[in-house]
Amino acid sequence: MTCEEADILLHALIDGELDAGHVRDVEDHVAGCPRCAAQLAAWRELGRAVAGVDLRYTAPPALRRRIEAALPRPQAPSRRAVLRGFAMGSAVSAIAATGLVAIALRSDDEARIKSEIVSAHLRSLQAGHLTDVLSTDQHTVKPWFNGKLDVAPPVVDLTAQGFTLIGGRLDYVDARAIGAIVYRRRLHVINLFVAQTASAESRAARTETFQGFHIRSWSAGGLNYWAISDLAAAELAEFGDKFEASMRTGTAG
Amino acid sequence: MPVSAANDDPEKARRFRDAALPHLDDVYTLACYLLRDASDAEDAVQECYLRALKHFDGYRGPAMKPWLFAILRNVCRAEFARRASSSTAAIEDLADDAGQTPLWSEAQETPEAQMLRGADASTIRRLVAALAEPFRETFVLREIHNLSYRQIADVADVPVGTVMSRLARARAMLRSAWMAEQEQPK
Repeated sequence: MTCEEADILLHALIDGELDAGHVRDVEDHVAGCPRCAAQLAAWRELGRAVAGVDLRYTAPPALRRRIEAALPRPQAPSRRAVLRGFAMGSAVSAIAATGLVAIALRSDDEARIKSEIVSAHLRSLQAGHLTDVLSTDQHTVKPWFNGKLDVAPPVVDLTAQGFTLIGGRLDYVDARAIGAIVYRRRLHVINLFVAQTASAESRAARTETFQGFHIRSWSAGGLNYWAISDLAAAELAEFGDKFEASMRTGTAG
Repeated sequence: MPVSAANDDPEKARRFRDAALPHLDDVYTLACYLLRDASDAEDAVQECYLRALKHFDGYRGPAMKPWLFAILRNVCRAEFARRASSSTAAIEDLADDAGQTPLWSEAQETPEAQMLRGADASTIRRLVAALAEPFRETFVLREIHNLSYRQIADVADVPVGTVMSRLARARAMLRSAWMAEQEQPK
C-alpha cells in the first residue's frame, strides 16, 4: 500500500468503514510508516476533539409549530393512502463507486443486498448467461475465478449429494464483482453467491423468503454466502448443510 | 412559501409526523451548516418537510433521516441558485480539487492533543462553517450526523470514493484552519 492510498484509507479506518482484510492492510502499512502513523494519531485526535463538543443546533419552537400547523389533523384512517403510492422515485441514487476504495467498504444494508441477489439470480436465468465457465469439474471452475475477484470462492462438487455443479459466473451485487457458483437440482437452478465479509466471525445459516425466492445465507471463514433458488426451503437448507459439511471435511477444490 | 400542505390525508399525516418530526433538530442542524443563515435554514427546513409529506406515499426507504437530508439538499440547491443569481458569489462552484490544503502538513512540532485542547463548541462551529462546499456538507453528515459513507453518497448523489476524498480533504482543511487559529496571538 502506498502512502497516497493510506491517506484516504486512514479515514475509512477510523470511521469503521473498512472490511477486515483492508483493516489489516492499513494497519500493516501504518506499523511500518512513521509518517502515516503520525497522520493516524492526528486524525484520531481531531475526531475526539470534534466529538467532544456539541455542534448541533436546536430547531426553534416557532419552526416546529409552523410545521405542525401545516400538517393535516389526525382523523379516521383513510384507505386512499394505500391506493396512491409510487408517486416519487427513491431518493437513493445508483452508486457508481469504483476502484480500490469502494471494494474496501463494508456493506451492511442487508435488505438491499438481498434484493440485488434476487435480481442477479433472475438475470442469470433470463439472458442465457447462467455461467461464464461451464464445467461440472470443480478443479476447472475454481481456477477460473483467479484474478477476477478479490476472494477465492470455494467450489464444492455436490453431485453425489444430488446437487450438480454446472459452472461459475462473475456477477455484480452491491456495485462490486461477486462470485456465483451455479448448481442444479432437477430443473431448479441454485446460485451460490460468495463475497468477502467485514468480520471473520461465522454466522449460522438462516433461510428467508424474498420476492418468492428462498435465500439461505451464512458466513464462514471470512466469506459471506447467499444461496438462492426457487427450490423448497427444506431442499435449499439441505444444499446449504451439505455445502458447509464438505467445507468442514475439506473437500473443496 | 405556502404554509398549508395541499395533502389532506390525516392518517398519512399522522404516520409522517411520527416518522419525520423526531429528526427536526437534525434537519435544522444540517440546514444551518449548508446555508450558514438561521432564517434561511428555517425556511428551507419547512419547505423540506412539506415536500417530504407530499412524497411520503412513495417513500420506501432509505432510513428516514438520510431521506429527509436528500430532500433538504435539493431545497438548498434552489436557495443556492437564488443566491447565485442575486450576487456574484456562487457557493457551489468549488471543484473537489479546489481546496489546496495538503493532506499532510510536515513538521508538526505541536502535539495534536495540545493544539486542540480547550477548543470550544463555538470555535469549532465557526471553523466548520468556514469550510468550502462540498467539503462542509460531507464533514457535517459524517461528524455530526454519523452517516455511513454509503448514506452520505446517497444523500449527496456522488460515488462513495468521492465521499472518501472529500472527507479526507475536509478534515485536512479543518485541521489547518485550526492550527492557523492557534498560532494567532490572542
